Amino acid sequence: MGAEPLLRIENLQKHFPIRLGAFGESTAVVHALDDASFDIIAGETLSLVGESGCGKSTTGFTILNLHRATGGQVLYKGRNIAGLDEKAMRPIRRDLQIVFQDPYSTLNPRMTVGEAVGEPMLFHKLVKKPELAERVAQLLGDVGLPPRFAQRYPHELSGGQRQRVAIARALACQPRFIVCDEAISALDVSIQAQIINLLLDLQEKYGLTYLFIAHDLAVVRHISDRVGVMYLGRFAELGTRDQVFGTPLHPYTRALLSAVPEADPVAERSRQRQVLEGDVPSPLSPPSGCRFHTRCPLAMDVCRSTVPAWRDTGVGHFVACHAVPG
Amino acid sequence: MSERLLDVRDLKIEIDTRRGRAVVVDGIDLHVDKGETLGVVGESGCGKSLTMLSLVGLLPNRIHTTGGSAHFAGTDLLRMQPAELRAVRGGRIGFVFQDPMTSLNPVMRIGDQLMESLRQHKRLDKAAARQRAGELLKLVGIPGAEQRLESFPHELSGGMRQRVMIAIGLACDPDLLIADEPTTALDVTIQAQIVELVKGLKQRLGMSVVWITHDLALIAGLADRIAVLYAGTVVEDAPAELLFRDPAHPYTRGLLASIPRLHGEDGARLSSIGGTPPEPGRRPQGCPFAPRCPLAEAMCHDIVPALAPLRGVATPHRVACHVANRVREAA
Repeated sequence: MGAEPLLRIENLQKHFPIRLGAFGESTAVVHALDDASFDIIAGETLSLVGESGCGKSTTGFTILNLHRATGGQVLYKGRNIAGLDEKAMRPIRRDLQIVFQDPYSTLNPRMTVGEAVGEPMLFHKLVKKPELAERVAQLLGDVGLPPRFAQRYPHELSGGQRQRVAIARALACQPRFIVCDEAISALDVSIQAQIINLLLDLQEKYGLTYLFIAHDLAVVRHISDRVGVMYLGRFAELGTRDQVFGTPLHPYTRALLSAVPEADPVAERSRQRQVLEGDVPSPLSPPSGCRFHTRCPLAMDVCRSTVPAWRDTGVGHFVACHAVPG
Repeated sequence: MSERLLDVRDLKIEIDTRRGRAVVVDGIDLHVDKGETLGVVGESGCGKSLTMLSLVGLLPNRIHTTGGSAHFAGTDLLRMQPAELRAVRGGRIGFVFQDPMTSLNPVMRIGDQLMESLRQHKRLDKAAARQRAGELLKLVGIPGAEQRLESFPHELSGGMRQRVMIAIGLACDPDLLIADEPTTALDVTIQAQIVELVKGLKQRLGMSVVWITHDLALIAGLADRIAVLYAGTVVEDAPAELLFRDPAHPYTRGLLASIPRLHGEDGARLSSIGGTPPEPGRRPQGCPFAPRCPLAEAMCHDIVPALAPLRGVATPHRVACHVANRVREAA
């Protein structure tokens, strides 16, 4: 791609210490994210996929400094923002926003839609009180809601409408970057398509950059420029959409794609599915070497002992696997 | 003609609300033949789960069946005495629910939960029930099945818990297994395991399956026939291949057009269905889909279309739409 990165993530790491036992007598560390290094290019949609507990949401949160990184850097405008305190973060927050899966739990039930959307602008002193209503109406228009919705409360809205409000709120400060953390996962199929289209329209209109966290691979294929595949806290593969879906390199990516059902009964009947055995191991004590080796059909001795290096195969297609040549 | 196992006709379910009774299921017609897998597809609130719960008398308080019939192997489930129904539920009809963490008893060992149903329905003694419970866990592919009988639900992973749920559903060799979104809470690789498991079991045990889901891609490879529900009614009912190849109802067509595909063409924008489904109690007077329908005509807003066979097709393909026949013939 060669374009300027909006964010550069270097060796980012996030561990959560937890207490175990009935009285918290012992402690352990959840290895939620280890050694993540990648760029997020201005104007692109980079998706992160993987199964629950793979660290995709942790990656999003840690980039936004909503989780304090255990190690590594997040470079934004040439400056490391990982670990900045709240005060130093404040002006940067305007640029970096997030939309969550469940807007019902993130919107204040006692605030009208207008108040919820207007609040960030007042907080960052971006508009004066008299202009607020107009700007709120404009934002609601951007997300396809009529201005009268400003007077409504979250419980009066449908799931799709609430997600539109959450998006309007994220847009309020004219951000450059939005993390969409399973933002469409809870929506019904017919509504999901509406919100996907809305996100694409807004990206075009405002030149937004998305980090799109999702587990639905068909949706990810539809909206992404590039895709990162994660397994148990590490990146397995990252490349353009066509690279990852068309010529997947990592055995985990291949297994993941093979597990996705297709909306075609004829194709499904003749399909040879590569079903992965077993479950994802615990992130409390991830397997040695390559974390996928316990379920990998290609596992060799070296996979059990040595963490595979994260490398570019030459065309911006990154992979961490001993079995991939080159 | 294959033998009919379950035949639901004109089922009506209503909820008591503060503003009176609201209709949530409005005249559903469904049937399942012996050995068949029926996929029941619809979005949240379309009544797909309530319909199945009503069959075995598991509707929550304040939700009632107010009409219709549901014949299972010749007897109307809706008119059974509670004791008779108890014998059917968990006996000839097995259930698997979406979330095993809330449907398994957290303070009871896996083995005891399995044995409970075996002792109740099959009148097995303790030793025999225990042996059968071990076999069942083996059947659903749980490693170390014998030892797992001693485990509590929280000691198992999500996928393993769902396997236990399936084992309980299968415990009494049911004629019909009703699976209500059994893989929705699971990761895609685990979902693939469960789907392969149920497909294999169905073939080996020769039972019928009703698989309830909102996921069209998932059901494509699973079902022999699919019923599409919208706002408490069946809008289309066709063999799976036909439904995907040649959907007749505008809602089905909209749904299929709005899911992104893993292969093939990648258009810039998905086609989407405008608006939202009606809330229970605020159903439109005519066709429930009319307010969102691109093809709606005046009559659609006034008269509810009946679920009727499509004209000029050999295979049974039923659709509830005033304009479907005309649109197809014109095309």
